[in-house]
Amino acid sequence: MPVISPSKTPMPVADAKERAKTFREVNFGYDPRRAMQEADRCLRCQDPTCQTGCPVNVPIREVIHLTSQRRFDDALALIKRFNSLPGVCGRVCPQENQCEGRCHVGDRFGPVGIGYIERFLADWERLHGSQPVEKAEPKGQKVAIVGSGPSGLTAAGDLNHMGYDVTVFEALHDAGGVLRYGIPEFRLPKDVLDDEINALVRAGVDIQCNVVFGKTLTLDQLMDEMGYEAVFIGTGAGLPRFMNLPGENLNGIYSSNEFLTRINLMGAYRFPDYDTPVKSGRRVAVIGAGNTAMDAARCAMRAGSEEVTVVYRRSEAEMTARVEEYEHAIEEGVQFKWLNNPIEFIDDGNGWVSGMRCQRMELGEPDEDGRRRPVPVPDSEFVLDVNNVIVSIGTSPNPLLSRTTPGLDTTKWGGLVAEDDTGQTSREGVFAGGDIVTGSATVILAAGAGKRAASAIDTYLSQKRGEAAEA
Amino acid sequence: MFEILHTRQLTPVTKLFEVAAPLVAKAGRPGQFVILRVHGHGERIPVTITDLDPQAGTVTVVIQEVGATSKMANALAEGERFHDLAGPLGEPAPLREKGHVVCVGGGFGAAAILSILKGLKAKATHSSAIVGARTAELVILEDRLRDAADALHICTDDGSAGFKGLVTAKLEELITSGEPVDEIVAIGPMVMMRAVAATTAPHGIATLVSLDPIMIDGTGMCGACRVTVDGRTQFACIDGPLFDATKIDFDELVRRNKTYRDEEEAALHRYEQAHCRAEEAAAAATRP
Repeated sequence: MPVISPSKTPMPVADAKERAKTFREVNFGYDPRRAMQEADRCLRCQDPTCQTGCPVNVPIREVIHLTSQRRFDDALALIKRFNSLPGVCGRVCPQENQCEGRCHVGDRFGPVGIGYIERFLADWERLHGSQPVEKAEPKGQKVAIVGSGPSGLTAAGDLNHMGYDVTVFEALHDAGGVLRYGIPEFRLPKDVLDDEINALVRAGVDIQCNVVFGKTLTLDQLMDEMGYEAVFIGTGAGLPRFMNLPGENLNGIYSSNEFLTRINLMGAYRFPDYDTPVKSGRRVAVIGAGNTAMDAARCAMRAGSEEVTVVYRRSEAEMTARVEEYEHAIEEGVQFKWLNNPIEFIDDGNGWVSGMRCQRMELGEPDEDGRRRPVPVPDSEFVLDVNNVIVSIGTSPNPLLSRTTPGLDTTKWGGLVAEDDTGQTSREGVFAGGDIVTGSATVILAAGAGKRAASAIDTYLSQKRGEAAEA
Repeated sequence: MFEILHTRQLTPVTKLFEVAAPLVAKAGRPGQFVILRVHGHGERIPVTITDLDPQAGTVTVVIQEVGATSKMANALAEGERFHDLAGPLGEPAPLREKGHVVCVGGGFGAAAILSILKGLKAKATHSSAIVGARTAELVILEDRLRDAADALHICTDDGSAGFKGLVTAKLEELITSGEPVDEIVAIGPMVMMRAVAATTAPHGIATLVSLDPIMIDGTGMCGACRVTVDGRTQFACIDGPLFDATKIDFDELVRRNKTYRDEEEAALHRYEQAHCRAEEAAAAATRP
C-alpha cells in the first residue's frame, strides 16, 4: 500500500523567469504516477460535495476512483458524458471555488487536485488516441448553435451525441470563442483547443466560421428558411467597457479584448511571421484585476514589456482573478498597485500615452454586491509612467444582437433574458446561455448553461416529434 | 475559403475582385463592409463593398495597394481564394427616398460609392456622382458609375479628363449652381473627406463620410476602431462606418491610424524583399 501524501501533489511548472519570456504552457501537467498518487488522496466521500460544486455535474468521485485504478480511458469516457471540453476545463476552471472548494480533504490538507487530474486524463487521450464515442440514432432534426465558445461547443457536443443534426456558426475565422481569442497559449495551448474542437467535428458537429449572427444570417433565416427547429445563442459578452476618462483614445491604449485578440487569435506575438502587430512597450499598466486582466498582464510580460503593473481601485481581497493566475502573475514579475484609480491619460506630445494620472483610494461602506466601495483619498494624485495601457474592466452587451434580432427580450443591462434551468428565451425554440445571458463569467459556467440548454432543447424537440407523430 | 471568380486591374495599384460569398451577397446592403483575410497568418482587413449580386452569389470589392497585406491581396488571381471573408458588417447607408444625393468618391473611394449610387437608383432617388483622380488613367469604374448615377462628374488634378481640379471645387460648384442638394456621401482618403466636410458645413447640408479606422474583429468586440463623434466614443464597426462628417474628430482618427506605422513599413519592406527574391528566382529559372 503506497503512502498517501497529506498534501496536494505539486504541479510541475516552468521556471518563472524563463516562462515569463515565452508563450509556452506554464503548467506541464501530471504524469500517470502523479495523477494516481493524487487520486489516492480522495476519501470517496458518501456525499460527494465536489460533484455538487461542478456546474456540469461531473461524477468526480467515480472519475477519481477510476484514475487511481489506472483506468484512464474509462475515467475520461465518464467525464466526456458530462463535459466535451475536459482539456480546456482542467486548465481554466476556477476549481478553488467549485469542485475543489467543496472537497472534504481540503478541510484539513488542501483539496484533491481535481482540475489537475481532469487535465491529465484529457492529455492522456491526446497522447494515446481517443475512444470512439457512441452516438444515438439520428433524430432527423436540425439545431443551430450560434457562437463557438464554451457554451456553444458544450451544447453542440451534447446535442450531437443525442442524435441531432448540429451546425455551429462562428463570427470569427476560427472556432473557440473566448478560448481562442481570450485565453492565452501559455494557459491553454491552442493545440489542446484544436484537438477538443476536432473531436467534436469528427463526432459529426458541423462548424461554419465567418458567419456573423444577425448580419450574415438572421434568426428568421435559420428557423424559417433553413429548417433549424431550435437555435441556441451563445454569442458571448460583447463590447469592451472603457472608463470615459480624458485621453482614453490616445495611441497605445487598448481594451484587454483587443490586446488579447491580437496576441491569441491573430498571433501578434509572432509578428512578422504573423501579419498582425501588437504594441507592448517597456512599461505597461493593466487596469482591473479579473482573470482577463491577469491574462493581459502576463501576455504583456511575454510580449517584451519590462514593467507590467496591475492597477486596481479595490484591494487584493476584492480581486476577482483565479488564485493560480494571480500567483503565477506575481512569480512572473507582474506588479500590483491596489487601491489606485486612474483619472486621466497623459499625451506624450505626439498622441501617444506616456502617463496615467491616478488617485489613491480607500475602502468605504459595502455596496450592493457586498464589496466595500472604494472612495478617493483627497490630495493623493500621482502619475504612473506608461508606454501602453490595457483597460480590463469588463464588457457591456454587444448591441449587434438586439439591433439585428428583434423579438428577443433583453434585460435592463442589455443581456438576453433566458430561464436559468433551460436557457429558454422569450421566443419559442430559441435558447441562450453563457455570457450573453449572465454577463462576463467563467468558461465552466458558460459550459453549464450550454449543457442545460442542450437538455431543454432535447425536451422541446422530443415534444415536437411526438406532436408530429400524432398528427 | 472564398473563391475569386473574376478580377480586373483598374489601375497599377487598384484591383477589383468578384468573390463567391452567397450569404454575404444576399444579406449585404450599400455602405456596408466585409473583413478579409488573405492567408492563414494574415491580418483581418476591412474593405467596403463595391457591389453585390445576390442572384450570382457574389460580392465585389476593390483593393488599393498601400501595405503588405493589400499587396498580397492584389497578387491573388482569378480562381484563387481569399482565406476568409466575413460580413456584411457595419450599418447600411441610409438611402433617401427623395431629394438629391451627391456621392463623392476620391481615388479608389469611387469604388465605395458605387453600391450607394445603385441603392439610390433602385429607390429612384436623384443622384449625382463626383469622382476624383490625379489623372485620367486613374479614374476607375467610370462605366459602372455612369450607369448608376443620374449625373457623373469626373475631376482630375491635371485636367486630362473632365473637370480640372479637386472634387471639393466641383462639389462647391454643384451646391451653388442652384440645383438643391439634400445629402452628401463622401468616401475616400481622410484628407479628401475632411475637405468635403469643410466644403459642405457652411451650406448646412447633411454630410456622411465612411471611416476606415484600424479594425480586428469588426463585430464590436475589440474596440480598436473607436472614433470620437460629437464628443462621444463610437465603434466604427458597429455604429458606423458612416458618420456625420461635421462631428468627427479627424485629428484623432488620423493619429490612431498611424499606431502601427513602423510595423507596417517593416512588413512592406519584408514583403517587397521576398517578392524581389521570388522574381529573381523566376527570372533565373527562365534564363537559358
